[in-house]
Amino acid sequence: MSVFHDSYMTTALVAGTGIALACGLVGYFLVLRAQVFTGDALSHVAFTGALAALAFGIDLRVGLFAACVLIAVLFGALGRRGRADDVVIGNVFAWVLGLGVFFMTLYTTNQSGSSNSSGNQTVNVLFGSILGISSGQAVTALVIGIAVSLVLLLIARPLLFATLDEAVAAARGVPVRLLGYTFLVLIGITAGEASQAVGSMLLLGLLAAPAGTALLVTDRPFVGLAVSAVLGVFDVWVGLTLSYFVPDTPTSFWIMAVAAATYACAVAYSRMARRRRRPGVTAAAS
Amino acid sequence: MIDDAVLSLRDAAVSVGGRLLWSGVDLSVRPGEFVAVLGPNGVGKSTMIKVLLGTLPAAAGSVTVLGERPGAAGEQIGYLPQRRNFDGSLRIRGVDVVRLGLDGDRWGVPLPFARRFSSGRRIADERVREVIDLVGASAYAHRPIGECSGGEQQRLLIAQALVRRPRLLLLDEPLDSLDLPNQAGIAALIHRICVQEQVAVVMVAHDVNPILSYLNRVVYIVSGGAASGPASEVITTETLTRLYGTPVEVLRAADGRLVVVGGPEAPALHSDRHADHHSHEHGDRHEALR
Ligand SMILES: Nc1ncnc2c1ncn2[C@@H]1O[C@H](COP(=O)(O)OP(=O)(O)O)[C@@H](O)[C@H]1O
Ligand SMILES: [Mg+2]
Repeated sequence: MSVFHDSYMTTALVAGTGIALACGLVGYFLVLRAQVFTGDALSHVAFTGALAALAFGIDLRVGLFAACVLIAVLFGALGRRGRADDVVIGNVFAWVLGLGVFFMTLYTTNQSGSSNSSGNQTVNVLFGSILGISSGQAVTALVIGIAVSLVLLLIARPLLFATLDEAVAAARGVPVRLLGYTFLVLIGITAGEASQAVGSMLLLGLLAAPAGTALLVTDRPFVGLAVSAVLGVFDVWVGLTLSYFVPDTPTSFWIMAVAAATYACAVAYSRMARRRRRPGVTAAAS
Repeated sequence: MIDDAVLSLRDAAVSVGGRLLWSGVDLSVRPGEFVAVLGPNGVGKSTMIKVLLGTLPAAAGSVTVLGERPGAAGEQIGYLPQRRNFDGSLRIRGVDVVRLGLDGDRWGVPLPFARRFSSGRRIADERVREVIDLVGASAYAHRPIGECSGGEQQRLLIAQALVRRPRLLLLDEPLDSLDLPNQAGIAALIHRICVQEQVAVVMVAHDVNPILSYLNRVVYIVSGGAASGPASEVITTETLTRLYGTPVEVLRAADGRLVVVGGPEAPALHSDRHADHHSHEHGDRHEALR
């Protein structure tokens, strides 16, 4: 019996890989920059964007990406040096969620004839439907995921510099503001794409868990970046496989379960490592 | 005089938000000189560093840094901003933070296994190791920087500022929030670098005493006025008393060193400094880095 025997599984693996790569890489900087809340807010913006698109009868994904990228840029504009503070994010977040509810009502009222499909669409945006996407959509997801990953790798080093040491990086000529905006847009695109796979509600797990795990297991930034991407892909693959072998269970649940489990293992590992290291440590090998 | 000057200010003034902070500052710094910028909180010492970096224009006068307008020679300047402790939970090694000082402005990511194939990479690794050695941070450079003490972090950040062999070091209160032995240690380290590597050092300080014996030149800024010149001329009871408008005494301690005491915001009074942090609206945000 093979997971790849069923074409919908292949499709899901293709889409999931692209999304997980992007989430792992973006998530690493999200955690390092203490912008996890931004990621959380943007994943819910995806929900509002999708519902707005449905309400106006345009392609759901247009609304989703437009909303995510626009709000991401808005966060940057409202914040200092392309980084918004929690109060700003919280306010925009609440307002956007309110809009989401508004569009949902608008949409379900207009569609009252065929209420079933509208309900499904809403649920899909909230909780994801990676098994239901077409092979064309999967290829798109892969391409977008790889594109986001490439851009992120391209800016990774100056972004790390700007993250750890903003003033010094700026003095050295690193375009701190521009990097901040670019990163926000990358979060927006990632949130828009990933919310289709794992849903707005659960996206945060895919953004934060692999990155959090990576930061626990290594203190080398570029190794951590790679570990985070690999772990993201691992979580999605194992999650998809588990959902395949345990019938009638939601994929998103399994992906999040695997992500949480790896994170828990990493916490245990780092606790143990720290305890072992405690008495009079000096340097580790380079 | 300008020929070999690393830095020169002529009748320079600066204003922030329409308010004139200081004016009439003349200063010329040569390689290997150690210069202190002194004065109470909020007079514009950090602002002076920003002018030298080129992030803020001077309102009047002329400013030349490394023979060019400020900001043009950023490559050859090592900068240590005021503040800052890394968040205790930050799990990035000190050596990586130092490394960013060398190549943090380059696009892309370091390729895995490049050490084996690229001589440039090996040279860079060697330079980072060397500069960490120079500041005496080898013992903890491979630990997460968040777990290092304030003094250890400061040494690593000095290494980061030094890693590109700058000709000018701009240090904004590097001794702030350190205990006395660490203040003395870092001050001695900076002096050694200044002499050994012939780097010109401009150090903003709130408390002049730890660096008093190393200084070649001093700029004293108080609101409305400034005095600059050789340390022996500026740090005198008369000049300081005139600048502050209240009695300040410069004493000679038993071991021959000078000590500055007195004045409402006299640099020597540590307790004053902390009270001052709360009472003043301070331009710099001392936020923890993540
Ligand atoms: N970006 C800014 N906008 C407006 N005022 C500022 C800004 N930065 C600093 N200031 C003001 O300029 C003055 C000098 O600040 P600063 O150079 O940081 O002082 P110092 O370093 O000597 O303590 C302070 O009164 C501060 O409030
Ligand atoms: Mg200052």
